[in-house]
Amino acid sequence: MAGTSDTNTQLHIPAEEIGAGNFPPFDSSTYASQLLWLAITFGVFYWIMKNVAVPRIAGILEDRRDRIAGDLGEANRLKQETDDAIAAYEQALAEARAKAHGIAHETREKLKAEQNARRDKAEAELAEKLAAAEQHIAGVKSDAMAKIEDIAGDTTSALVEALVGKAPTKTDLTKAMKSALN
Amino acid sequence: MANDPIKQFEIQRLFPIEVGGLDFSFTNSSLFMVATVATAAAFLIMTTSGRGLVPSRMQSVSELAYEFVAGMLRSSAGSEGMRFFPFVFSLFMFVLVANLYGMFPYFFTVTSHIIVTFALAMLVIGTVTIYGLMRHGTKFFHLFAPSGVPPVLLVIVAPIEVISFLSRPISLSVRLFANMLAGHITLKVFAGFIVSMTAAGAVGVAGSILPLLMTVAITALEFLVSFLQAYVFTVLTCMYLNDALHPSH
Repeated sequence: MAGTSDTNTQLHIPAEEIGAGNFPPFDSSTYASQLLWLAITFGVFYWIMKNVAVPRIAGILEDRRDRIAGDLGEANRLKQETDDAIAAYEQALAEARAKAHGIAHETREKLKAEQNARRDKAEAELAEKLAAAEQHIAGVKSDAMAKIEDIAGDTTSALVEALVGKAPTKTDLTKAMKSALN
Repeated sequence: MANDPIKQFEIQRLFPIEVGGLDFSFTNSSLFMVATVATAAAFLIMTTSGRGLVPSRMQSVSELAYEFVAGMLRSSAGSEGMRFFPFVFSLFMFVLVANLYGMFPYFFTVTSHIIVTFALAMLVIGTVTIYGLMRHGTKFFHLFAPSGVPPVLLVIVAPIEVISFLSRPISLSVRLFANMLAGHITLKVFAGFIVSMTAAGAVGVAGSILPLLMTVAITALEFLVSFLQAYVFTVLTCMYLNDALHPSH
């Protein structure tokens, strides 16, 4: 109870003392001072912001943006270089592979041709030898055939002599042999 | 005396100065204006003195404030509006730091006085009007005649637009002033309940937990309001500056 009445008197005292103008924000006698000091402080603050703080922060942010953009640009450039190097390497590789293929093909062709030539030569030689051998055989055969008549004649003559006791004449022998052989 | 919720808004002369019958005394209000400006400027300058490419924790707070206001201004008034950036940034920092200073017990809240918020609002509207007239001349008055409105309706629309323009400094200043004033009074009243209830015996002491909880909650809310009102004041400033730059909306 005492507290309540206390509060009431406290609330009433300023109102009675000063009257209607007791609410500080509406007390126009303080306006001049507040306006002046607001103008001074805000003016100084604006000057500091405009000339020091804002350019400085803007500079920091711009530096950072430039740096990031620069780094990104550099990274892109390096990546481009890498890509170029890879492309050049791949091209060189492809060229080398094509060249290797060409050489292999050429070598194979050359070897094949050489082999063919050698085989042809060998075949020709063999054919020649074959022909010579055949010719020789034919010669030997005809010689043998020629001699067969003499041997047959001699044998027949010897056989007749042994049987009859007298050798047949050459003319008879030849006649008889001719008829027998043919 | 300690229980009077209005007492905290009283202006006390610290160094009486009188010029030509006008009272220009250095008061507690002036002291907190100086403190606000000194704190905000010192913080912004000292945290950025390293000019770190990778910002320190405090430097990033300054950068955050900068980019917050810059984003607001750019989205409302476009990149052209950036010429007003130092002004808008100063307003934001001044109102924000003044509001936050008010949150300290026994500290004076500069923005709880209508004359201060009204002066700031008039500064904004004055800038808008003078810059708008300088840049666009009479075309600035297209602000009051929105394009696409039939001439017949203009008779009705134009006066509404004029009234809305004239009421801007009032709404801008009263919003900030009333929020700070009401918040601080509420806080003081609930804190006062604790004192009066504890004087009423054991039951009162037990019951005073409720206003205590309210006081804690309202303190948190007031911190939010301090920031929010600074933001609202700045965002509206940006929108009004947009009118100065592009009057034919």
